[in-house]
Amino acid sequence: MTLISIKLLPELWLLVIVCALFVASVSGSKRSVLSWLPGAAILGVAIAALSLSVRGEIFYGVYRLDGLSQFFKLAIAAGFAIVTCIAAGKRDSEDFSPDYFMLLGLSAWGLMLLASCVELISLYLALELSSYSLYALIPIRGKDRRAAEAGVKYILFGAAVTAVALFGLSYIIAAKHTTYLAVMASSSWSFANAPMAVIGLSLFLFGFFYKLALFPFHFWCPDVYQGAKNETAAYVATIPKLGAVVVLVRLAAMFTPGMEVTNLFAILGAVSMTGGNLAALAQRDLKRLLGYSSVAHAGYIMLGLAAGSAAGLAAATFYVLAYILMNLACFYVVCAVSRNGENPTLDDLDGLYRRGPALAMILAVAAFALVGLPPTVGFTGKLFLLSAAWDQGYHWLVIVAVLNTAISIYYYLGMVRHAYTGESEAPALTVSKGQIFFGGVLAVIVLLVGMLPASVYSLAARAAAALRP
Amino acid sequence: MTMQSGFPVLTALIVLPLAAAGVLMFLRQERTIRLLTLLVGVLECLLCLRLFSYAPMGAAFQFEEKADWLPALGMTYHLGLDGLSLYMVLLTALMLPLCVLGSWTYISKRIKEFHFCLLLMTSACIGVFAALDFVLFYVFWEAMLVPMYLLIAVWGGPRRRYASIKFFLYTLAGSTLLLAAIVAFRQVGGSFSIPELMERSYSFKFQIWAFVAMALAFAIKVPMFPFHTWLPAAHVEAPAAGSVLLAAILLKMGAYGFLRFCLPLTPAAAVVAAPVMIAISIASILYGGCIALGQTDIKKLIAYSSVAHMGFVTLGIFLFSMTGISGAILQMLNHGITTGGLFMMVGLLYERSHSREIADNQGLGKHMPAFMFLLGLFSFSSLAFPGTNSFVGEVLVLIGAFKGNVWIGFAAVPGAMLAAAYMLRLLQRVTWGAPTSFKPSWWDLGMREWVTLAPLAMLVLYIGLAPSLAIKTMEPSIERVLTTMRTKNMAMGLEDRHLAQRLHLPALTVAQGQEQIKKERP
Repeated sequence: MTLISIKLLPELWLLVIVCALFVASVSGSKRSVLSWLPGAAILGVAIAALSLSVRGEIFYGVYRLDGLSQFFKLAIAAGFAIVTCIAAGKRDSEDFSPDYFMLLGLSAWGLMLLASCVELISLYLALELSSYSLYALIPIRGKDRRAAEAGVKYILFGAAVTAVALFGLSYIIAAKHTTYLAVMASSSWSFANAPMAVIGLSLFLFGFFYKLALFPFHFWCPDVYQGAKNETAAYVATIPKLGAVVVLVRLAAMFTPGMEVTNLFAILGAVSMTGGNLAALAQRDLKRLLGYSSVAHAGYIMLGLAAGSAAGLAAATFYVLAYILMNLACFYVVCAVSRNGENPTLDDLDGLYRRGPALAMILAVAAFALVGLPPTVGFTGKLFLLSAAWDQGYHWLVIVAVLNTAISIYYYLGMVRHAYTGESEAPALTVSKGQIFFGGVLAVIVLLVGMLPASVYSLAARAAAALRP
Repeated sequence: MTMQSGFPVLTALIVLPLAAAGVLMFLRQERTIRLLTLLVGVLECLLCLRLFSYAPMGAAFQFEEKADWLPALGMTYHLGLDGLSLYMVLLTALMLPLCVLGSWTYISKRIKEFHFCLLLMTSACIGVFAALDFVLFYVFWEAMLVPMYLLIAVWGGPRRRYASIKFFLYTLAGSTLLLAAIVAFRQVGGSFSIPELMERSYSFKFQIWAFVAMALAFAIKVPMFPFHTWLPAAHVEAPAAGSVLLAAILLKMGAYGFLRFCLPLTPAAAVVAAPVMIAISIASILYGGCIALGQTDIKKLIAYSSVAHMGFVTLGIFLFSMTGISGAILQMLNHGITTGGLFMMVGLLYERSHSREIADNQGLGKHMPAFMFLLGLFSFSSLAFPGTNSFVGEVLVLIGAFKGNVWIGFAAVPGAMLAAAYMLRLLQRVTWGAPTSFKPSWWDLGMREWVTLAPLAMLVLYIGLAPSLAIKTMEPSIERVLTTMRTKNMAMGLEDRHLAQRLHLPALTVAQGQEQIKKERP
């Protein structure tokens, strides 16, 4: 028993944090939990980093600890820590009660479980665990009506997609007589041999496409980002995608290029990146803009999944980590710029070079990383994706992806342009030294991992190689 | 890390400006910032002295440095210089201190950011010319966009937002397909290393696609005729130092790309596309010259003259002859020196008159003799007057063109006459025109301005009078490129035909090439 609990230390530590938050919420203490939460969350990152090499299978083979799951647990722990650090900048906000963070933590905990599940029903349960807390989180924003609207939209879309996914699950079980991924992987997944299973799997995948905000399951995304509190949006935009990608990576390892399912990945990816980028061109609200940008990035990730090779899976794994890093850096600036928790627009960035020079620089790094300009992590990730997809013969997809870079530059550059060339009379932003330091660290990570990707990539590559020997 | 020589001079050249940029963030005093950047510029030039030990007859790539970067994908940190890139690196290093000096009073707001951008630019540009790994090249190639964008967007003229976005969109859109080509080369050639890729040959169909993808990126950067529209906008709005960097270094990257990648990697496609590229080059020469003739804005005039001059460069490259290519490289170097000097002088003029219109800057000959002397020198160089540097480059390209085909030569010659027409018109009006807005407070060249311009002026005369030194250094490298092309094409069944024949029979050559491929792959 002790052995198991040591293996599960990242999950257990997060559970401890959640329990502590629960105690804090019932005790009614006046002291803000933000005094200790960021520290505890950062400790969680260290624990997850230490347990990177843990391997094993528990609970009758339902729960597997392998390179992939440990990599994603580290990413989830890091993402959770960054979100709490971002929230720490606005510690006087009324909404930041202990239960707010308890729900955040529970959702992250569900995603950590998701990373290790290798059996369809437990996978479904973990997915729901992470979703339910989000259903409660999104409407929390003072007395804002838009937040309520966003919450309703998220629940309705979510419920519908979940129902479809469950329906698909029933087909898979009927066709394959098993729920274990390992057993399923050894059988054929071409439409000719197992039509029912392929249809069922496609439906089941919709649940994860919805989390990832892939076209055509993205309609909730801009509205929810816009309606939700800035810090909530920062969380919803990043960490749940990790959960979706880890499952998709596990599933994609079962296919080979040219199958119906991989073509589905490729086509949805192409449509998603093009649609997301084109829609983002017209946005003024920064969070809506980032919403559409995340639709486009979901499309880029599909390049690696469609390739399906070890290199492709590694690229998708690397890219999703890159994506959360640069997106969180961007949301950090969004949260810092917003006044009284309002949604900032592009015009609110005007004159940022003068009002908050450090913020402007972090924003520039994050925006150029999202474009995929070197030497940031966005470029390195994209290079891995492109070369993996090209090697597997998806030439058209690569060309669509690089042309999309050219489309996307316009709106990302728009953010930098407002920050550096716009003028405004607004007063200087007051951001604490600690917050600036934290933002600077984020930006430096985005640059450093981009310039020296070898160590992170080898983790991802090893994880992928274990899935696809 | 493996090195040829003991001291990693290229890494030092790249890292020094980056490190200085890091230090700059913590400085407050304007004067210290300027002095530090100037010091870095001087140090860069001193470091470059080591590069003069380049041995023309030695190894293909010298000052090589190689280290693992990402072994899983075959990415390496691989730097090195040959005759094609040596002078470009020297030019880049020289421009940094001159730009700092030239902007000493021109730039008065956001000084820290300005010098930060200058340092990043220098670092990225040296990286572009020194990189021997395709991904590393691309990293520097794209990284250079951001500081250049900021230079135009923040310190530019009234329409700076429009011009800077146009610059960024145009160049980025062009280079996206280059990334696809890089990825494709890795799959086919198995490596990102440029020297390794050069040794392999590729199927004809692949070459055509790769050539188109790469040529688009490079043609936009050069810029060649239909893709040139970003250049005048960017030049007119950019601050003096920005224009200098644009003209002296950025434009060269496109031409360098053709030489480094298109010729050795896709030789068959380059031969097939040569007629089109030559036609576009001549169009650039004539079009740029004609439009320059009609400009009233001095900067716009020089910008269009750049289009014409770069047309000579691409013309020289696609002649595939020793004379043509050495002329082209010399022309690249000369254009950097001359046009850099001209833009610097327009900046000085603008500081005095606050206008770039010819009409507002007339009749200065009597009042600012030293200024007019240097402007005259650079203008004469720009129109390729014998004895100045540009003459050598342009004449070599023209000789190459006439050798290749008399008609190409004849088509390009009016470009040289147009250059004389627009430069002399500018010079005549600025020197002797009726003074319109001259004020006695406009001082002649000061000490700092002399120091800024003197090195360029000396280079104009030095290269003009003793060009053989530079040419001797390049020749072995050019010979290597041409031999690679020839042997690869012979192996593919493309005959080594005379240019004139090729121009008349492009379709036939293509058909032969394809047949050969079919034979190779049953």
